Amino acid sequence: MAITKKYAAIGKQCVACGSCVKVCPLSLITIYKGMNAVVNEEKCVGCGKCVEICPASVISIVSREGV
Amino acid sequence: MKAKQKHWYEYLWIASPVYFTLGFFNILFAWLGMILFITPLLIAIIGGSKLYCNKYCERGQLFELLGNRFGLSLKKKAPRFLKFNWFRYGFLVFFMTKFVLMIYRTYVVFAGADLKEVVMLLWMFKLPWNWADTSVASPWIAQFAFGFYGIMLTSTVIGLVLMIIFKPRSWCVFCPMGTMTQGICKIKNSKEKSKSAA
Repeated sequence: MAITKKYAAIGKQCVACGSCVKVCPLSLITIYKGMNAVVNEEKCVGCGKCVEICPASVISIVSREGV
Repeated sequence: MKAKQKHWYEYLWIASPVYFTLGFFNILFAWLGMILFITPLLIAIIGGSKLYCNKYCERGQLFELLGNRFGLSLKKKAPRFLKFNWFRYGFLVFFMTKFVLMIYRTYVVFAGADLKEVVMLLWMFKLPWNWADTSVASPWIAQFAFGFYGIMLTSTVIGLVLMIIFKPRSWCVFCPMGTMTQGICKIKNSKEKSKSAA
């Protein structure tokens, strides 16, 4: 799969509610030990669904360096 | 495309309206809320995860359903301060203080004081609830039920208002149970880390 230019980055203030996990169309987000959400940045296509749903607005779409 | 098969736990949102309906007709059903209070704590303490918030939380599911599927949410960005630790932990302390005061009130009734047949909404408004038949239980059992129902009702009303204005699960950002379970997971994880480092 080709690497896309953008991916979702999760901020430090994630409350680990799990909303983003449910909407990720590629199931690339998990909640790490009940502390925060973690996204598989390599495979993320930056669709932004998690950004839309995140109630704490801690997810942003960022550009990959060198792509 | 094949439709995603629904899991049994995706229907847990039903528990919320059922709980409030049962409590409306007989306040003693408010005790059932203890399941919703204890289960996330046990999952966090024993399992070290927020699985309850992530999968089973009936309230979160209800807000998602009403806000996303029924389109009752304006989906605006919630104020930034809601996610800051000072606010989240401050609200947790406030909420737990109210909880302890409710337990104290239960003790006072246990010690012989009169039962107060009111449900407190938003810690300010006294809703008369004297149609409830509580004669089958001791007054302190009923007193706890009134208090606990008030806590559950208050948090749901706040959550619903936030759901309408902001993103559906905005309540989850500072939900005291969520803050508490995340805190437990952080403590548990840091202990495990220091154990493995030793």
